[in-house]
Amino acid sequence: MVTKNIMIVGVGGQGTLLTSRILGGIITDAGYMVKLSEVHGMAQRGGSVVTFVRYGDNVAEPIVEEGQADILIAFERLEALRYCHFLKEGGALVVNDQRINPISVVTGQRQYPEHIMEDLEKDYRVFQIKAQEEALKLGNSKVFNVIVLGLAAQHMDFPKEKWLEVIEKKVPAKLADLNKKAFLVGYESGK
Amino acid sequence: MAETKIMLGNEAFARGAWEAGVKVSSAYPGTPSTEISENLAKYGDVYCEWAPNEKVAAEVAIGASIVGARSMCAMKMVGLNVAADPLYSFSYIGANGGLVAVVADDPGIYSSQNEQDTRMIGRAAQIPVIEPSDSQEAKDFIKFAFQMSEDYDTPVIIRSTTRLSHSQGPVVLEDRAVPEDRPYEKNIQKNVMMPAMAKKRHVAVEERMNRLSEDSCTFPINKATYDDTSIGFITNGIAYQYVKEACPHASVLKLGLVNPLPRKLIEEFASKVDKLYIFEELEPVIEEQVKSWGISCIGKDLFTRQGEYSANMLREKLLGEKIDVHPAEDIPPRPPILCPGCPHRSVFYAIHRLKLHVTGDIGCYTLGALSPLDAMDTTVCMGSSISSLHGIEKAKGKDYVKNWVAVIGDSTFMHTGVNSLMNMAYNQATGTVIIMDNSTTAMTGHQDNPATGKTLMGETVPMIDMEKLCRSMGIKNVTKIDAFDQEGLVKLLRQETQKEELSVIITQAPCALLKTVKFPYVCVEDREKCKKCGACLKPGCPAMAQNEDKTISIDPTMCNGCGLCMELCHFDAILKKER
Ligand SMILES: Cc1ncc(C[n+]2csc(CCOP(=O)(O)OP(=O)(O)O)c2C)c(N)n1
Repeated sequence: MVTKNIMIVGVGGQGTLLTSRILGGIITDAGYMVKLSEVHGMAQRGGSVVTFVRYGDNVAEPIVEEGQADILIAFERLEALRYCHFLKEGGALVVNDQRINPISVVTGQRQYPEHIMEDLEKDYRVFQIKAQEEALKLGNSKVFNVIVLGLAAQHMDFPKEKWLEVIEKKVPAKLADLNKKAFLVGYESGK
Repeated sequence: MAETKIMLGNEAFARGAWEAGVKVSSAYPGTPSTEISENLAKYGDVYCEWAPNEKVAAEVAIGASIVGARSMCAMKMVGLNVAADPLYSFSYIGANGGLVAVVADDPGIYSSQNEQDTRMIGRAAQIPVIEPSDSQEAKDFIKFAFQMSEDYDTPVIIRSTTRLSHSQGPVVLEDRAVPEDRPYEKNIQKNVMMPAMAKKRHVAVEERMNRLSEDSCTFPINKATYDDTSIGFITNGIAYQYVKEACPHASVLKLGLVNPLPRKLIEEFASKVDKLYIFEELEPVIEEQVKSWGISCIGKDLFTRQGEYSANMLREKLLGEKIDVHPAEDIPPRPPILCPGCPHRSVFYAIHRLKLHVTGDIGCYTLGALSPLDAMDTTVCMGSSISSLHGIEKAKGKDYVKNWVAVIGDSTFMHTGVNSLMNMAYNQATGTVIIMDNSTTAMTGHQDNPATGKTLMGETVPMIDMEKLCRSMGIKNVTKIDAFDQEGLVKLLRQETQKEELSVIITQAPCALLKTVKFPYVCVEDREKCKKCGACLKPGCPAMAQNEDKTISIDPTMCNGCGLCMELCHFDAILKKER
């Protein structure tokens, strides 16, 4: 199998690490070799963060390079714009349509770009969801990232039951049901 | 069948050390090395501790090694500078029980103050350096390192990089095997470094390094693979993976031991390939030595000394492929920022209001240097805020520093700040030092330190009382204040900076990300009352935004209810509500 390249981008603190761990879990269970690369430390304090996930029969480097991602999962739309050029021709861009202002926008020095989603749709295959709103409907704003993962799962070839199994294993027991529900919200929305 | 687990490079280092029977581990946190110690502590049967700094950590490991136990210390690369003193001399003494120092470099400077290359220190200190290239090797090579340390009577440095430490990959697990402690015999010729002994030991060190250079030609961690011999690469660490990715058919000499170099193996490899490239991140450590042996090769003429390498770099520079991508232009950057509810924001805003100059230090609070707080003039290395302020006073006089303060975190104060403060007390300084006590080492992900009262093994212990510690130095003006008491801070800062006496201000409030901290309140805006003055926005809280009509809104999912914005509002347009 040719190596598959996935990127998860977002704002430090949005839970990119949990998402990549669930992904890593499902890939290993399916018997592939997987490598992941994460950002810890300073950038996790509200900075722009990137996680790379690569899997296949044999994987050498742990990073996805420009122009090579099959799937780009963005937890925030400005970050989708920042990293969209990592996608390969025909790759899927899965975006949580949420806005988080970088500090220069909060203080009025810079403008948050308008029409990001429309611009992205001109050049890429975009799949979007307002995961924050969906998460609030489930009663916990934090599970938005698993909702986005659910939508992205539509672009991978692992069966739904497997995903739910892995989520059960990777999240604390008392949050398992909530996270499974969240996953399904995203998954079904992508059908 | 042996179990395979996906592990972070740092988890794999811990696993390897555990399997190798390590008995004592001491470390000071630092990205990207921190998770090594955190993971090792989880096994429960290895003594693990956080030391106040890397020098102490290295010396603890040295003690354990001298009496015959396997020991280790872990640190980020700048920590090796702090630990350099003991390690340079321990290189002469040599290890009894295997001693491994895991040192993590940061090419690309994701979380550091410089981009130094640990292999250079390994060379200077004549300490062997081993470098793995993925998680499996992280585990295997550290085991090899412990054995090599004992076989060659030497401390060993394992060099990692951010990309290796923070990548996950499969690792085959094995059992732990604890060797008997090696016997300890008093031997002052070997273990007491006075001039007469050190001179003899220097001879032994040179012999050891020569022997290693010879023997390592057949070490399994150095490996030549011949395929297409028109191109050959000598490479190490993570850079090897990029070679495999971009040039899978090239011949490759992958070096696991990067100091000393296996000269004969390299000469043989060079003679068998037509064109030789040295592909090493950061400094031309391999290249310069290979060139000095009269072997022609291409390295830094083509590949940069800066940042991380990639497979695309090889595709572009060697294979002539064009990487045709179009990044979006001119979009606002997103640098890291202080979190909503961070106590540092309030302290820096008080400093900002008084327009004080600041000698800064290293931690989350270094982010106070950035706009809109703009409250830092300098950051050099851990502990330097206090000593630099002292130097400024000695150069410019007492009046000059009435407009300056030093700012340092609790963990950094324990690390080396305390020495600097002793110097100020001793040498009659009059400056003002602010210790920002957020009850944790936040930047690196919440480790404990001597001032938090908890150990790495989870025990509760007496905490060092920083106020008493300062007073014991004879400092009269030591004041504790709530970090969110904005008006109190401004008043206190004015008062203490004007005194012609040394002052310490300890600002207190726990890090907003600590799991034990609960936030019962949330701040809510009242748009009717808002006068659109923007005063509340000035400290740059990311939970706040200005609406099109210039009123403000607060994102309830991000707000931690610290109330700083409320304190700054003159029109009661922000209220604290219970969640
Ligand atoms: C010599 C050295 N060791 C370790 C580090 C990594 N490091 C950077 S900041 C920091 C600790 C900061 O803790 P503290 O001073 O309590 O400030 P906080 O982040 O909690 O605000 C550490 C360990 C470093 N930069 N230099």
